[in-house]
Amino acid sequence: MKAIVSVFAKDSKGITAYVTALLAEKEINILDISQTLMQEYFAMIMLVDLSDCAMPFHELSQYLADKGLERALDVHIQRQDIFEAMHRI
Amino acid sequence: MSYLMNSSEILQTIEMINQQHLDVRTITMGINLLDCAHEDMSVCCDRIYDKICRSAGKLVETGCAIEQEFGIPIVNKRISVTPISLVAASCREENYTALAKTLDRAAASTGVNFIGGFSALAHKGFTESDLRLINSIPEALTSTNLVCSSVNLASTRAGINMDAVALMGRIIRQTADIDPMGCAKLVVFSNAVEDNPFMAGAFHGVGEPEKVINVGVSGPGVVAAALKQCKGESFDVVAETIKKTAFKITRMGELVAQEASRRLGVPFGVVDLSLAPTPAIGDSVAEILELMGLERCGGHGTTAALALLNDAVKKGGVMASSHVGGLSGAFIPVSEDAGMIAAVENGALCLDKLEAMTCVCSVGLDMIAVPGDTPASTISAIIADEAAIGMVNNKTTAVRIIPVKGKGVGEGIDFGGLLGSAPIMPVHKGSAEEFIARGGRIPAPLHSLRN
Repeated sequence: MKAIVSVFAKDSKGITAYVTALLAEKEINILDISQTLMQEYFAMIMLVDLSDCAMPFHELSQYLADKGLERALDVHIQRQDIFEAMHRI
Repeated sequence: MSYLMNSSEILQTIEMINQQHLDVRTITMGINLLDCAHEDMSVCCDRIYDKICRSAGKLVETGCAIEQEFGIPIVNKRISVTPISLVAASCREENYTALAKTLDRAAASTGVNFIGGFSALAHKGFTESDLRLINSIPEALTSTNLVCSSVNLASTRAGINMDAVALMGRIIRQTADIDPMGCAKLVVFSNAVEDNPFMAGAFHGVGEPEKVINVGVSGPGVVAAALKQCKGESFDVVAETIKKTAFKITRMGELVAQEASRRLGVPFGVVDLSLAPTPAIGDSVAEILELMGLERCGGHGTTAALALLNDAVKKGGVMASSHVGGLSGAFIPVSEDAGMIAAVENGALCLDKLEAMTCVCSVGLDMIAVPGDTPASTISAIIADEAAIGMVNNKTTAVRIIPVKGKGVGEGIDFGGLLGSAPIMPVHKGSAEEFIARGGRIPAPLHSLRN
């Protein structure tokens, strides 16, 4: 299953490193990554592949959210279908 | 990699959900209860309870899982059932409250937040069972929490059952005298639809399959946000913007509906393209109308603005879903829309304008609080007016009106939660007593000679 991970936070050093390490630890492969700075806010979006991730989706979602909070990051994971459905005919 | 990631699209979707209140308003499972009929009411109740729990046991759990995976809130999970007046027709009991209590118990066990279908279809006349059900409504709705009731009393093909109109005026008064909250769960229809997922009017029609999943989408906040970007533009641009936004909202509803249907093993019925507001600031249909350039919702121009909105939502939504149905139109419930409440409070929006607005949208005079001393005949006359609009224009109209005991204009009533709070609106003083006392049927309108 493919999903979109989105990360929002006030910009600081090491956000990408921190989040990608969390994903690697759960055997999640990053397929595409994009990041932008909106004023001083950092927004990162990743397309990831969950095929090798053993953790059930709802636990993973909670885990990433909790781990994000430790660093004051807003981390969400959503199945990519919703974006595809909404923006592609 | 089939999906090409586009950050701006992803950010737009996330913003719609996080800041513009985009959600799926309801996943409603329709369940056929005709096979639960039995002349012994306690057996009938047991069968109903078992069938609902068996059919919808996983509905809430599945809804929550989809909500989490897609990251889209699914606000309500609900059940609609076959009109109980049909299911209970062979029972000998006069009072159907026990059936309502059974539905209430089944709804609580399955974890849904409303169950609809304590209903009767009496547009041409009453069966004995219809009358027993209707007469049970005051007790049934005030002794249960989750049961919603509806009565269809007019249709384009049958005309208006004025005996039902008169009776429902009295039933609404009786219900309100026990507990006004009961009236928030009671709606009367003209041209009721069989696959409506929204409450209080949802029931599982007899033309529907054994079980079905219907989904209602929402999103006034998303439409409002899009319209803020086209200030001063022509109506062509406004209509186009609403269509595109409605398309996106509906695609999301379609995805959720298909996923729920697949996981539950229940066929997908329809997506209902209704723009349903909530009391939250920024999730208001009135605000959309005001963004089109009206100082206040309810002023001159409101009906035209609403007509455009309603039509554009359907045009955008229809291509986004494989099956569209239900009520499909912008809702204008007063108590559930912060902009409508504000417009009533400052005198811009009155009952007469709301009635005019219902000619061009779904669904009717919805969640309207009126003074507690409003005569039953006046309530009936309000219902008759709405039913006539539905009957003549071949559309669904409805009335959900709450006479608030002991209170008058200038005061209000708070229902809590999604039902919101309603300021009490004045009604016309002229009596309709003699008009309503006539009874009988208003004949169905002519639908040829259209010039």
